[in-house]
Amino acid sequence: MMRCRPFRYHAPRTVAEAAKILRGEGPDAMVLAGGTDVIPNLKRKQFAPRTLVALRRIGELRTASDDGLTLGAATTLDAIARHAALPEAHRAARIAASKVATPQIRNRGTIGGNLCLDTRCTYYDQSAEWRQAIDFCKKAPGPHGTAIETPVEQGICWVAPGSPRCWAVSSTDAAPALIALGAEVTLVSADGERTIPLTDLYADDGMAFLTKKRDELLTAVRLPAAVEGWRSTYWKLRRRGAFDFPILGVGAALKLDAGGTVEAARVVLGAVASRPLPVDTSGLVGGPLSDEAIDAFAAKAAGPAKPLDNTDFTLHWRKRVVRAWVAGALRELRGDDSEEASLLSRSAARIPEPLSV
Amino acid sequence: MSGPVEIAFTVNGEAKTVRAVAMARLLDVLREDLGLTGTKEGCGEGECGACSVFVDGTLVNSCLIPALQAVGTSIETIEGLAKGDALHPVQEAFIAAGGAQCGICTPGMILAAVSYLRDGGDAKEASIREALAGNLCRCTGYMKIVESVARAAAAIAREERTS
Ligand SMILES: Cc1cc2nc3c(=O)[nH]c(=O)nc-3n(C[C@H](O)[C@H](O)[C@H](O)COP(=O)(O)OP(=O)(O)OC[C@H]3O[C@@H](n4cnc5c(N)ncnc54)[C@H](O)[C@@H]3O)c2cc1C
Ligand code: SF4
Ligand code: FES
Ligand code: FES
Repeated sequence: MMRCRPFRYHAPRTVAEAAKILRGEGPDAMVLAGGTDVIPNLKRKQFAPRTLVALRRIGELRTASDDGLTLGAATTLDAIARHAALPEAHRAARIAASKVATPQIRNRGTIGGNLCLDTRCTYYDQSAEWRQAIDFCKKAPGPHGTAIETPVEQGICWVAPGSPRCWAVSSTDAAPALIALGAEVTLVSADGERTIPLTDLYADDGMAFLTKKRDELLTAVRLPAAVEGWRSTYWKLRRRGAFDFPILGVGAALKLDAGGTVEAARVVLGAVASRPLPVDTSGLVGGPLSDEAIDAFAAKAAGPAKPLDNTDFTLHWRKRVVRAWVAGALRELRGDDSEEASLLSRSAARIPEPLSV
Repeated sequence: MSGPVEIAFTVNGEAKTVRAVAMARLLDVLREDLGLTGTKEGCGEGECGACSVFVDGTLVNSCLIPALQAVGTSIETIEGLAKGDALHPVQEAFIAAGGAQCGICTPGMILAAVSYLRDGGDAKEASIREALAGNLCRCTGYMKIVESVARAAAAIAREERTS
C-alpha cells in the first residue's frame, strides 16, 4: 500500500474538464500522468495532495499531429523513443527518451511528466522517517512534505545550510534535449491557452522550479519544422546503464552549412542546476567545428555548471566531466565520436573514475 | 477517497472484481486480494522490476500503479503464462539454462523477456540486455538469464520456421 494521506481521485476525459477540476481544487490538487515520479514521491511523503487528477483517460493528450512534430503531453517515453516520424535532425528527442530509467518506466512514464519532473536531492529523495531523523529540509518541511504551500524561509537546506534557497537538481532527461531542439510547450488552464519556449518553463530554484501556474496543464510539446542543415544529439552520464537519473545530460543541436561552418547552435546542460542550463553558443557560431573551437567552447560551457553535493558522484568530478562531455557531444555532431567510444576512452584514463560512493 | 473502492478488471483472462482501499497499488491487489503471489515486491519504487506485469499488453511496474487505474484493464501476470501444464518457451528455457536461483526476480525477468520476444526480439545478447535493463537480479550475475532468453528466442524462431 502507499502509506500516504487519503486523496480524492478524478479521471476527466477532456483537457477542458481537467483544467476546470484543477481550478476548483486549488493548490492541493496534483496532476497524475504516468505516476512514475508521483507515486514514489507520495510513498516517501514528499507531498500530500488532497486530490489527484489523472490524465489517462484524456485521448487528446496522447495524439501526435500529422507532421509528427507536435506530441501530446501524455505520449509515453517509449513511444517517443520509437517515434519514426520524427525527422533525423530531432534525434536528440528519441535518444533522451530512450535513456530514461527502464523499459517498464518508459512504457508508463509520459513526456509531460518528464518535463514537470520534481527536482532531486539526496536529502529529499528519502523516506519521511529518514528525513525526520536529520530534521526535515526546506523543500519538504513537514511529515507530509507540504513543499507545495510552505514559505521558503521555513526549514534548513542540508546542502547549503546558509542558503535562502533550495538547490535540488533538475533531473529530467528530455528537457535539455528538447530545449536544444528549440521546443515549445502549450499550457492550458481554465483561463485559456498559451504557448511558450520550453526553456521558459523553468526557473533556477529547487522548489519553485516550474514557471507554470499550479492549475495549468501542460498539453503538448512542439518541435520546429525547419530542420534543414540541423543535427542533434543527447549525451547522458549516470552510474549504471539503466535505472539511474542523469548526473549530467548534454543536449546539443547544430546547424552546419555545406562547408562545415556553424550557422546556429543550441547546447543545454541537464542535472547541473535546479533548471536545464542553456549555454551561450555565440563563440561557436560563424566558425568551423575545429578541435580548438570545440575545446574552447567546452571549457567555457563548464563554467556556469554548479553541481552541488546532493547527487551521485563527487561534485568536483561532476564539474570536470562537463567539459569532456560537451566536447564529446559536439565531436559526435561533427561526425567523429560517440558516447560509447567516449565511455571507453574514459576508462582508458582520460577522465579518471572518482573514488567516491 | 479513503473507503474501499470497487475494482473490476480482467486478470489472466478472467473477469475479477475486488474491493480495495483507495491507496492500494495494483501489486497489492494482485498479491493480497487475488492471491497471485508470483508477482513480487522488491523495492516498491520502480527500482527493481520484480513486480512487472502486463497491463493491456504493456510491461509495467505494478508497484507504481494505483489500483484505481487498473479499473477496466486487462492484466497478465506470471501465473497466466503457462497454458495448462505446458510452460511458456521462456519458462522452459529458464529451467533448461539455470536462469533462476532464489527466484525473487524470476517472474519479472520472465515477463520482461516475454515482452521482448512478443515485440519480435531475437537472440542477440546486446538487445536482450537492453530489454532486461529494468530487472535487477542479486543472484545469477545475469549470464544465465541472458542465455535463457537467447535459448527461448531460438526455440520460438525454430517453431515459427516449422509451423
Ligand atoms: C527508478 C526510476 C528511475 C527513473 N529514472 C529517470 C531518468 O533516468 N531520467 C528521467 O528523466 N526520469 C527518470 N525517472 C522519473 C520518471 O519516471 C520520468 O521522468 C517520467 O517521464 C515521469 O513521467 P510520468 O508521466 O510518470 O510523470 P508523473 O509521475 O505522473 O508526474 C510527474 C510530475 O509532473 C506533473 N505532471 C505530469 N504530467 C503533467 C501535465 N501534463 N501537466 C502538468 N503537470 C504534469 C505531475 O503533477 C508531477 O508533478 C525515474 C523514475 C524512477 C521510479
Ligand atoms: S537542496 Fe537543500 S532544501 Fe533543497 S532538497 Fe536538498 S537539502 Fe532540501
Ligand atoms: S517492486 Fe516494483 S520495481 Fe521493485
Ligand atoms: S534469482 Fe535471486 S534475484 Fe534473481
